[in-house]
Formats: sequence, C-alpha cells, structure tokens
Amino acid sequence: MPPQEGCDTSGGCGSRREFLGTAVATVALALTGCGKLSKEEFLQHNFRELSKDEIQTVIARLEKEYQEKFHKTVKVGNEPAMPGVIFGYALDLSRCIGCRRCVHACVKENNQSRDPEIQWIRVLQMDKEEGVNLQHAEQYYNPDEVPQEGHFYMPVQCQQCKKPPCVKVCPVGATWREKDGIVVVDYNWCIGCRYCMAACPYGARHFNWGEPHIKDADVNPATHYLGNRPRPKGVVEKCTFCIQRTRKGLYPACVEICPTGSRKFGNLLDPSSEIRQVLENKRVFKLKEDLNTQPNFFYFYGV
Amino acid sequence: MRHPSLSMLATGLLILFATAASAGPPAAKPNPEAQAQGTLMPEGIEVPKPPFTDGIFPCTSCHDGKSMKVNTQRRQLTAMHDDIVLKHGPESRWCLDCHDANNRDSLHLASGEKVPFTASYMLCGQCHGDKLRDWRVGVHGKRTGSWNGVKQYLLCVHCHNPHSPHFKPLKPMPMPTRPEAIQIRKGGVR
Repeated sequence: MPPQEGCDTSGGCGSRREFLGTAVATVALALTGCGKLSKEEFLQHNFRELSKDEIQTVIARLEKEYQEKFHKTVKVGNEPAMPGVIFGYALDLSRCIGCRRCVHACVKENNQSRDPEIQWIRVLQMDKEEGVNLQHAEQYYNPDEVPQEGHFYMPVQCQQCKKPPCVKVCPVGATWREKDGIVVVDYNWCIGCRYCMAACPYGARHFNWGEPHIKDADVNPATHYLGNRPRPKGVVEKCTFCIQRTRKGLYPACVEICPTGSRKFGNLLDPSSEIRQVLENKRVFKLKEDLNTQPNFFYFYGV
Repeated sequence: MRHPSLSMLATGLLILFATAASAGPPAAKPNPEAQAQGTLMPEGIEVPKPPFTDGIFPCTSCHDGKSMKVNTQRRQLTAMHDDIVLKHGPESRWCLDCHDANNRDSLHLASGEKVPFTASYMLCGQCHGDKLRDWRVGVHGKRTGSWNGVKQYLLCVHCHNPHSPHFKPLKPMPMPTRPEAIQIRKGGVR
C-alpha cells in the first residue's frame, strides 16, 4: 500500500496513480524550478491521447489563464478535421509583388510574439534571370515600391508536407499531421528541443526564445488549441493554414489580405475547387521536390 | 432506333426556337440602381459595387442626350473627365469603344450588345478571354469569404483601372528584423 499522507488535505485523492502523479509533480517542480507550471499543466497528456472531457478541462484552464494574462475573453476552439477534406494551397509566382501584406496579416491573426516579432511567412526576392534559385534570394529587401524591376517574389511558409520531416524527428510526438493535411504542434507537449526546426527544409518553424510579448489589444481572441492560441516561452510554432479559420470554412488570413489575388486555397478532394483548377490547368511546381517531402503547398504560374 | 420519333423532332424544334429567341434582342435594359449597388448577375456570380468615383454615377445625370449632345469626335477632354489617362491597348482606343453613346449608364461589347457596369468582365473578356476563363473558376483574381461556401468576387476593375489597367506598385510592409538587431531585454531571453 502506498502511503496515504497528504490525501486528506487534497480531498479527491483516490488512487495510487493520482497520488504518485502529484508526488512526482511536486518533486519535479522543486527540482526544475518550473514554478509557473501548474500541477494540471505538468500532468497533462499529449493532445491526441486526451478524451473529450479532458480536452474540455484543458481548454477551460487555458481560457482562464488567458483571461488573467490578457484581460479579455479568449476562446480556445478544438474543431476537428472535416471529413473528406485535405487542404491544398497554391501561390501564383507570376502575380505576387512582394508587398508583405500576407506576412503582417498572419502575425495579427495568429498571435505571434511581437517583440521580437515572429513571422511565419518569409517573402524572398529573387532574380528573374536566375529563376527559382535560393542562392539568389533576399528576404531583407526594402525599396519604396515593389515589384522591383528584374525581380520576382516567392513567399515561403509551412508547406504542410505529406511526409513531414519535422514530424519524423520529433522525439516526443508533439507535432503530427492531421487528417485534413495540416501539420500541427501541441504547445503543451513540445519540449523545445528544436529538432524539427533543423529537419524542416523550408525554414518554416520558429522558436519562442523569450516570453512572447503581445499587447492585450492585439490578441486575436478567436483561437484553436492546435493553432493560434497564445504560446508559452520555449516552444516551436508554425503556419497551420489558419486552422482556426479554415476548419470553420473561412479562407486563411493571408488569402484574404493578398491584394493581387496570388494566393489560392481549397479542398484538394473537391474537383470544382480553385485549387484543383490550378493543379489541373496551370504550370505547377513544388519547392524542393527532390527531397520527397510531398508538400500540399504548390507554386504556379497563372499567365 | 433508325428514325427520329415525333417527340424527338418536337424537342429539336423547341431547342431551335429557344436559341433563336434568346439570340434576338440584346440583354434587357440595364438598371442604373442595381448597378450602383452591386448585384447578382444572370450567370450566378455575385459582384460588389463597381468602383465608381463618388457622385459620378449614373452617367445619365449629365449625359442625358438633351442638355448634352452626343459628340463622337475623338478629342482631348477639358471640361470634365480630364483626370482620366487612357493607357490601355492601341492608341486608337476611345471612350465610346466601351461606353455606350446612346445609353451612358451601360457599356457595350464589340458586337453592340449592351452590358451593365456590374458585368464589365464581359467587356474585358472580349480581348482577355483567358483571364475571364480563369476568373470564372477562381484562378485569376481575388476571392474572399468561405472556401467551401459563399465567396465574394471582385470585378476586373476593382484591381485594374480600366483606363490604365497595369497593376500599380505598392509600398512593401516592414521587412523582418535581422537576427543581429534583436535586443535582449528584461523578461526576454533567460
């Protein structure tokens, strides 16, 4: 029989498992100095292993936490993947002018840290003479007007691979590919080892080196557990095709903002969708196709 | 069945009549109010209000055919519309190639068929047929709203000024912070 001391005070301490959990948590707290981590947070399982009730408990805890932190009601959703949907994305390289509207709309929508600012989309300025050549790509271009003569622009973000190397290397299973093709991260399970960042050939994953700073007013309160909910320090984050929007039927924020209409989004399994029209009728390529990551993100030439 | 039956003949005749009837008179008279609001077009494409300059529409408030006589002479405009720079296609292009001289609240195709401003894509599609085809299926142009439901379209003229259609350059938004410029601050990196 395990010792029963301490159970009287906590009230509902019924099982041996629960007692040991509490004990381990207490010891871990003392040893690691993770003072901020609550017992519930420490003992929380991987998102994929949680029951419906447990998910509700976790979400309630997070919402309370965000309420205290940002002084406003933040809704954390957990909409599952829609059946019969695999998301695809296509970007028209002949139309993108590199204005970076998408980059900043994404930051606003997805609650990235503002100081320092984390950006999930990186727009590369390339030479027309060189074609798609990453050796001749510049992301810190800053002229008065775009597009610049002799250049074209290539925004790069998470390619939502069918064979994601980032998922393969994660030692704890904190990142996975959902049924609708979105690669997601459980920020509460991520240990911050950054193996995934090293494995990703697109530079699409970003690490919260510091406590993410967002002003209360800037927090987007419509969030998803696997998407844009405010992140803690020390976890990796990435583009999720705006999972909080797309699983409700909306376009991602970058599609909505693009002034040139270069960004196309839709269901790969729907033959009448825009994305299928692009794939069937236009010249399409995948970035770094030779790596066999099999992206669901395509680049095309609309002309 | 070797010989066409009576019912098949009748169906064939009906189809013939139907096509003849629809090919007859040009489209119904455009309704100025509907055009000013943006409306549901016959082919089921819902388009927003065309981007008119404030107070310019309906055109017939000036061009009513009475106080102002139709002048088909090609000339430099001075009294009105002098802000319009025509830089679209060949030099020979002129206002009345697209705007209808007899009903200024509508446009006309090369065939003379009148089209309302809300269906100006028909006019653009005469030369840019490939773009019109792509726009109809959502490959060209911008759509917002719902990827699996109701979408909002934009007309060609929302992005391309019909008088000088080249897409205007924009000022880019701020570039990302260079890693070396990121400051270590209190409460930041441990």
